[in-house]
Formats: sequence, C-alpha cells, structure tokens
Amino acid sequence: MALQSLDIIRRSATTTPSPGQRKTPEVAKLIDVTKCIGCKACQVACMEWNDTRDRIGTNHGVLDNPVDLTADSWTVMRFAEVVTERGLEWLIRKDGCMHCADPGCLKACPAPGAVVQYASGIVDFHEENCIGCGYCITGCPFNIPRLSPKDSKVYKCTLCSDRVVAGVEPACAKTCPTGAIVFGTKEDMLRHAEERIGELKERGFARAGLYDPKGVGGTHVMYVLHHADKPELYSGLPKDPAIGPAVELWKGAAKPLAALGLALVGAGAFFHYVTKGPNEVSGEIEKEFDDEK
Amino acid sequence: MTNHWVDIKNANVIIVMGGNAAEAHPCGFKWVTEAKAHNKATFIVVDPRFTRSASVADLYAPLRTGTDIAFLGGVINYLLSSDKIQHDYVKAYTNAPFIVAAGYGFDDGLFSGYDAAGRKYDKASWAYEMGLDGYARVDETLQHPRCVLQLLKTHYSRYTPEMVSAICGTPKETFLKVCEAIATTSVPNRTLTFMYALGWTQHSVGSQMIRTAAMVQLLLGNMGMAGGGMNALRGHSNIQGLTDLGLLSDLLPGYLTMPREQETDYQGYIDKRALKPLRPGQMSYWQNYAKFHVSLMKAWFGDAATRENNWCYDWLPKLDKVYDVLQVFELMHQGKLNGYFCQGFNPLAAFPHKAKIGAALAKLKYLVVIDPLATETSCFWENYGDLNDVNPATIQTEVIRLPSTCFAEENGSLTNSGRWLQWHYKGAEPPGEAKPDADIIAGIFLKLRELYQKEGGVFPDPILNLTWNYRIPRSPSAQELAMEYNGRAIADLPDPKDPTKVLVQKGQQLDGFAQLRDDGTTACGCWIYSGAWTEKGNMMARRDNSDPSGLGNTLGWAFAWPANRRILYNRASCDPSGKPWDPKRRLIGWDGSKWSGVDVPDFKPDVPPGDAMDPFIMLPEGVGRLFALDKMAEGPFPEHYEPFETPIDTNLLHPKVISNPAARVFKGDLEAFGKGTAFPYAATTYRLTEHFHFWTKHTGLAAIMQPEQFVEISEELAREKGIKVGDKVKVSSPRGFIKAVAVVTRRIRPLQVGGKTVHHVGIPLHWGFTGVARRGYLANILTPFVGDANTQTPEFKSFLVNIEKIS
Ligand code: SF4
Repeated sequence: MALQSLDIIRRSATTTPSPGQRKTPEVAKLIDVTKCIGCKACQVACMEWNDTRDRIGTNHGVLDNPVDLTADSWTVMRFAEVVTERGLEWLIRKDGCMHCADPGCLKACPAPGAVVQYASGIVDFHEENCIGCGYCITGCPFNIPRLSPKDSKVYKCTLCSDRVVAGVEPACAKTCPTGAIVFGTKEDMLRHAEERIGELKERGFARAGLYDPKGVGGTHVMYVLHHADKPELYSGLPKDPAIGPAVELWKGAAKPLAALGLALVGAGAFFHYVTKGPNEVSGEIEKEFDDEK
Repeated sequence: MTNHWVDIKNANVIIVMGGNAAEAHPCGFKWVTEAKAHNKATFIVVDPRFTRSASVADLYAPLRTGTDIAFLGGVINYLLSSDKIQHDYVKAYTNAPFIVAAGYGFDDGLFSGYDAAGRKYDKASWAYEMGLDGYARVDETLQHPRCVLQLLKTHYSRYTPEMVSAICGTPKETFLKVCEAIATTSVPNRTLTFMYALGWTQHSVGSQMIRTAAMVQLLLGNMGMAGGGMNALRGHSNIQGLTDLGLLSDLLPGYLTMPREQETDYQGYIDKRALKPLRPGQMSYWQNYAKFHVSLMKAWFGDAATRENNWCYDWLPKLDKVYDVLQVFELMHQGKLNGYFCQGFNPLAAFPHKAKIGAALAKLKYLVVIDPLATETSCFWENYGDLNDVNPATIQTEVIRLPSTCFAEENGSLTNSGRWLQWHYKGAEPPGEAKPDADIIAGIFLKLRELYQKEGGVFPDPILNLTWNYRIPRSPSAQELAMEYNGRAIADLPDPKDPTKVLVQKGQQLDGFAQLRDDGTTACGCWIYSGAWTEKGNMMARRDNSDPSGLGNTLGWAFAWPANRRILYNRASCDPSGKPWDPKRRLIGWDGSKWSGVDVPDFKPDVPPGDAMDPFIMLPEGVGRLFALDKMAEGPFPEHYEPFETPIDTNLLHPKVISNPAARVFKGDLEAFGKGTAFPYAATTYRLTEHFHFWTKHTGLAAIMQPEQFVEISEELAREKGIKVGDKVKVSSPRGFIKAVAVVTRRIRPLQVGGKTVHHVGIPLHWGFTGVARRGYLANILTPFVGDANTQTPEFKSFLVNIEKIS
C-alpha cells in the first residue's frame, strides 16, 4: 500500500529521516466486543474494499470462516464459547492488525521501507519493498501478518490507510451494523471507550475495560472487553503483549551493529532474491539474522 | 410489524423469541443496540439455541423447540396471578370484560365443538353472549364467571412455572426471571417489544404462538405504544409487499379475501366482510369493504366492471379450499396438475419433504421457472448423486427457465417489515437475457390474450377485459404499476362536506383510501397502498428523516401503509380521556378539535376523547381480543400442542390430545411422521448470518464466509454418539438423510423435559446442489409435510431426527 501521501514517521530498516512536514492526528479504531454480533459484515467489507478473495474453504467444526487470517483475509471473527460466572458466554472478537504504537513487525523487518508507520499511527506494509523473509510474522506479538503463497509478500490489515487518507473511515467501521466498530482520533476513541465501559459496569460487567496494551506502546486498534482482566478468554488475545526479546535486542542494545546488519541483510536479501527467488531467501536471511546476534 | 424498526429503540424490554434478529436481521438489530445504549433496555432471548442474538443478551432462556405457547401461557399465568397487568388498559381496550356465550368450553385439550373425523371445529360456541340490543354483552366489573378475563385466568392457571419448566425444559428460575422482566412493563411508562420471525410462524401452532405473545402485550398495555407492539421481522426484503399485494392464494390485494365456493352472491360476499359494530358507537372500519373491493375491480377491469354486473364479481375465482403451497404440491403429487409457474422462489429447496416435492414436479407436463438464479427447482430433474438422486431419463417434465432481474437491476419499491414502502433505483443493467418480472408476465399475458382473441375459449372475459393501459404494453414500468396501486378518480369526486365542490378531479391520483368509493368512480389496485403515489408525486421516494419528537417517527421518510401511519393502534397510546399513558412517548393527542401528533392517528380524527368509540377500529368490538372468537382454527385461546413429531410422544397437559387437533394432515403423511423411538432427537432448521436462504450460496463472498454444510449438536450428545468436532455425520428422518460436518457446541444444551433428557440437532439450511459454495444437501429433505392450521406455513422448526457419525 504505497499509494498514499500520509505522513510517515518510521520506516523499517531505514536510517534516513522520514518526511514530517504536516501534522496528522493520531487515529484509532475502537472495536466494542460487547456490541459485536459476529455477523462478519466487516470481513466481507474488508475483502470488497481491498479486492481480495479468499478461497471457498471447508467447515472445520466451528463457525469461524475463513478459519484463520490469510494473505486474502485480513480480518476474521474469532468465536469463543466460555463459561464465566455469568454462565455461558459467546465471545466474538474481530481479529486483525492492532496497529501498535511500537510495532514489532516494523522493528523486525530487515527490508528498507517495507513496513512503515504513519503519523496517524497506522502501520502499513509496502509490499513492493517486501522481501518475503517473514521476520515481521515473528516480530508481531499478535500473530497477524501472513505470507502470500502467490507472491511471497506479506499482507495484513492496512486500517484502510487509502480510505483514511481521503478522510473516510475504514471499510469495516463503515459497514458494521451495530456500531461495534467506530473510528476517529485516538483521543475521541478513548473517551468513547470510557463511556461504554461505564455503561457496561452499570449493566453488571464489573471487569469491563479497555484493551490498549502498554507493552507495545498502546495500539491504534483497541477493544472494549466485558472481561478486561482476562483477555485470553477472547480466543487468546494476549494479556501482556510485548515485542520479543530477539527483536528488541536487534533494534535496541545492538543498535550500532544494527545499522551495519541492516545493510548486510538488505544486500543479502537482494542478492538471494535475484539468484534463488523469494522462497529460499527467508532461511538464509534467518541465518544471517542469527549470526548478527 | 405493528411498530417499525426504528421504534425498537424506544423499548425498555426487548424479547427476541421465535427469531434471531442479530443473525437474520443484523442491520435492523442496530435498534436493539440503540435501545440498550440509550434507553438502558433489558434484552432477553428465548430460543432452543444460544444464538448470536443471545451472545449480546442480558438474559438467555433455553426452551425446547415448539413449546413457545407453554412458555408464554406461563407468562400470562404469572402476570395474572401476580397482578402485573395494566388494569386501566385491559379494562378499556381489550375484550376482557366481554361475556362469552354459555356453550363455550375447554376440556382435556379440546375446545367445544370438535369434529374428530374432520379434524376441525364447529366454532359456533366460540362467541360473545349477545344482548337484546344486538350488541355483545360486557361486565365492566370483570367478575362475571364467563367474562373473558375470568376464562383467561382459568385457562392459563394450568401453566404453572413447574409445568412450563417440565414442558419447555427451561429452568424454573430462568423462566421466572424472564417473567419478572416482562412484568416490569405493566406500568404505563415502560414498554416491552416482541421481535419474532419464522421461529414462530413455522410450527403447526405458529399463529397461536404469535397470538399468545400479542395477548401478553395487551395485558401489559403495550399495543399502540412507542417501543411496544408485535414486531414480525420479515425475511426477504419485500416479503411484506408480497402479502400486502395479496400474493397468497386466498387473498386479494390489501388483505381483501377471495370468495369461497358457496359465496356466489355478491352482496352476501360484501355483507359478510363489512362487519357490523359489536358495541354501540363503534367504528368497525371494515364496513368500508365495498369501497376497497369495487375500486380494486375498477382497477382490474375498468369500464367492464359495472354496478349491473356486480363489478365483475362472477369473474373472480371461488375457492373450494385454500390453495397454499402444501395443498398445491399435494395435488401435484397426486398427478392433478399439468403445469406450474414458479416465480421468484425455489420450492424444491424451500418446501418440506424434498423427495415428495421432487416426485410431484416430475409429474408435471411443464414447469416454468422465473428467477435470477439457476435454482435447484429448475434442476430438479438432474442427478447429483446423493444430493438429488433422480433418474433424468424417467422425468418427462419440460422445464422452461426465464431469467429475471434481481432487485438491484430495476426501479421499484420494497416494503420493509415496518410497512414502509421505500423506492429504489436501478443500480445496474441486468446480465444476458434477464428481464424484469413485470416484462415476463406482460409477455405471457399479451400472448395469452392474443390466443383468446384469435381462438376464443370457454371463459375469455377476465383476460380480454383486463386493464392494460401501460405506455409500453410489454413492459409496464414500476411507476405505472405504483400509480395503479395508489388509485385515481374515474370521475370528478364531490367533496362530501360540500357537494358543490370537487374534491378530486377525474383522472387525478387519490390522496389516500379515505377517498375510495363503492359507486365505481374510483379505481385502486391495493387500498392499503393508497397514498403512496399521489398528485404530489412519489411519496415512497421521500427521504426527509427529520424526527422532531426523537421517537423515530419520521413521517417524511418514504411512505408507510396504511395512510403513512407508523405505529398501528396508536389511539391506544392515550388513555380513554385522551392523555398519553406515558407523556414521554406522546404519539398523538387531542388538540380540542382533532387528533394529531408525531404519527398519523389510527382513529377517526374528529371523534373526541370520552366518546364510545374504542381504539381497535379494524375490529367490530373496537378492543383488542384476548379471546379470539372464531378467528383461529384451533381455539379462541392458544393452547400448547406438541409438534407433530415430538420427542416426548405425549402432551404433559393432556396426553390424549398431543398435537394440534385442527391442523390439516394429508393422507399418508400422519402415519409417516417420526416417533421418538426411532428418531430420538428434536431437530430445528434455521438460517445463518452469512447467508440468505438458498440464494447467497451463489455468491462468492458469502460462500467464503460459510462454505460448507454443517449441523450443530451439544457436547453431551456428541459424547453419547462418539462424535468429535469436525466429524462427518449423517442426520436422518423418516423422509431422508443429509450428511454434514458436526459443529459441537456448548450453545446447544440438553434439556430436561418431563423427566426425560431431550437433545436438539440444529440444522442450518443454506446449502444445495447449485451455486458456488460447497455442494450440500437441501435441509428440507428432512422436514415434515404439515403446516400451521391457519396459514399452512410448514413446520420447519420442530421435527425428529437421528444422528450418526459416518465412519
Ligand atoms: S460487522 Fe460489526 S457486528 Fe458484524 S462481525 Fe464485524 S464487528 Fe461484529
């Protein structure tokens, strides 16, 4: 998704300064899981807007379908039947990229400019720069990016950056019939979440709360949860997501080395890509990456 | 809907029962979300399955499929015995004080007048006691032992919480919690709304399930109120329009009714329908029946319809019986039909007992299918292995497919559940040879007329004289048809208040049905749609959503029938003295000279409060009926009868009368019903949010969302039968089998029914052997060939199956 002119604040594996002429407000999508009815209209809207089509799959004994994120399904509804003190609950969570303020994918990515973060907070993949190494997948604490078997590039939710740049909300938010997905500035969304949480507490959900995990600097996709104390109930939403130590080391303590490493990796990637094609690249790169450490 | 979608937001308590609004009506469901967020509404779901609706409910109550009358009868008993009814409303606006004739009775499962051989009732005793003045007798003190309220108390006293729990399998405490929530709305300033759909209609006692809930609403004073009412959620975007326009075999447009065989006399036909008031000063709006009927005949037959020939009354078919779909396919199965036109529906998939439907179609000489899709019905003669195991060589039916447009490829209006006629514009050109349905029918009609003109025939009159004044005769436009439904003046219409003045000029569109006449000076194709396209233009295309009251009654948005009224019976939102029961929900009020407000008054506008006229003006007694007189096939009070296939093989209230004694069952079908011994599990079919009926399996995106057929069972049943998540299973009934993937879920739980464990098998119905989704079995392979005793809507929701793992 390299078409937009949103202001970029960070680019993967790049040391030159990012453009920052304009001011864009920080945005967020708030998913109110307590309002979601699992209708999957957002899944359909996502495919329609982004012109992706997953394969017509099979039933795996659950209602989730497609059963997992793919390079064509950038969002899926995850259905969890749990028994709480309130009895049976069917917790339905819209899964997809969380657009972390501190994105593990971007940090892990060795390909210059393949992962960018805009001033709005949106984390976007510029697939034309992607080398198909899959490091972003390892780097992501939410297990979101998916490598396409078709072109060996990695895909995920763009938070409809192409819509947002034109001043409209993401396709899923536009489509959601219950208003479970709302979109606006992060500030407004935090305020809205607070109201909703108040209402939920009144309704007897004493542990209702916001999911905006600090371990990744907060996210630009946030959830309102009935059981904010137990995010794992929602099909394994991580309680304290954080960027893996390897990635942190790579980008943090090893920073002086990193610049050199980046250059090596970049060059290595390019070399391998042209000689062996994308599929063999990742293993080799992995080795180089490990060597760096 | 008596109310409308937006009005749901005004409710304090919302019950989804006999439906699954979140899943089947996700867009309308936003108003439930609104009511919860802004009205602090309590949301309750009662269903055999913990549905997507239940996932966002405050309270979920499980019940065994087909036992809703027992549940709601229990609610009535709770309300009466704990005195949680709105007394003033019940006394003034229901037939609670009316005295029932002495011959009426109910004993051991049967009402008075039962004819066992004919499986029907002589309903003469289901009547009011009439006074010498010709009016029904009432006892304002409500003490008379035969007044409706007392009979109601007695009738439902059997429906104790223990009995409800034993029949429905609902835990008693859960049932009582639902009762308590419902009872909070018996005060004037709180309302309850019922949202239901096919989960109530598709039972052999479906109409009575709906009636029971309506009675609850009357007792609570919730009819006519903003945020109240009985709200049927219609499935197809224009199915409301289908019934409004009379596309059921015993109806004419606007709920006028077809004459019966014995009704050979025109005046007799009218008199029977122009109901005389049963109370002094009452309105009985159907007294205007002749105006609607004559105007319809003028719209159809123009100058050929005259007073002398009784407006062509003799040309109307006279029914010897109701030709509902089950009846028609029964006759077809008996080889008594030559040809069948199937427009916009898919009987092989949509009707029960697929094998019988397929065998019936195979006996036709020809079958014409008018549809945008290659439906299963149009391929019924093709072999698809187990999915459609037929031998094409033995089927001689000639099948003609006429591809039609879908709604987005034509202009027109759709009538939504809230009775709003909303105009829409063509969004795309139809593909290939597809034509609008109106063009297809016009083509057939013109050819037929030509044949009659050339060759004559036994009875050519209705075809030769049918009005056909469309600009392009082979392509009537949506606008022309809509204007015809609205109606126009055939002669200058004098002003009734001042006959020297002309109210409507000859040739002009009418403002509404109040202007219709029975003297042949008006023509109107559907009286309830009158007002939709007036001299001012297309009212259905209006898009002013201003909402001055905040109650969501946007009178400038589209057109709602009747008369642009948004909430039916809204006179009942005010007390007899004219004050709104709840000032915060003021819909209409008396301004000193007339009724007016944010809705169109459902009342004679100039009749002041305190007058004898009561709010339910479509009924001759003017009040809501807790006692249904002779209007229902199986009794004036709803009674719990088991589904024809019941897992308990008895009726806990009256073991001698198990299932609906007045339901029509065809020869051979009764014997073929499954018994709990061979088919031990209660089954129910339903829809999923990802699909619409049998259509969307033809579209890629919907197929991606839910690609393959599955059935749902509880963890307990799965354990018993050795079935694991994702296993392939075979589900069978006496009528056939399907194979599907097993979804094992906690959302379906075993229920304790009369000391027995009852398991449910949930069967989503969206798959078939045409389309782009993975091929599957038509769920109606399994369902029984029996319907509701009043509407003949098939019993798709309750039947018996067995389930086995396929090894
Ligand atoms: S569209 Fe809204 S309600 Fe439907 S699944 Fe997505 S988030 Fe949930």
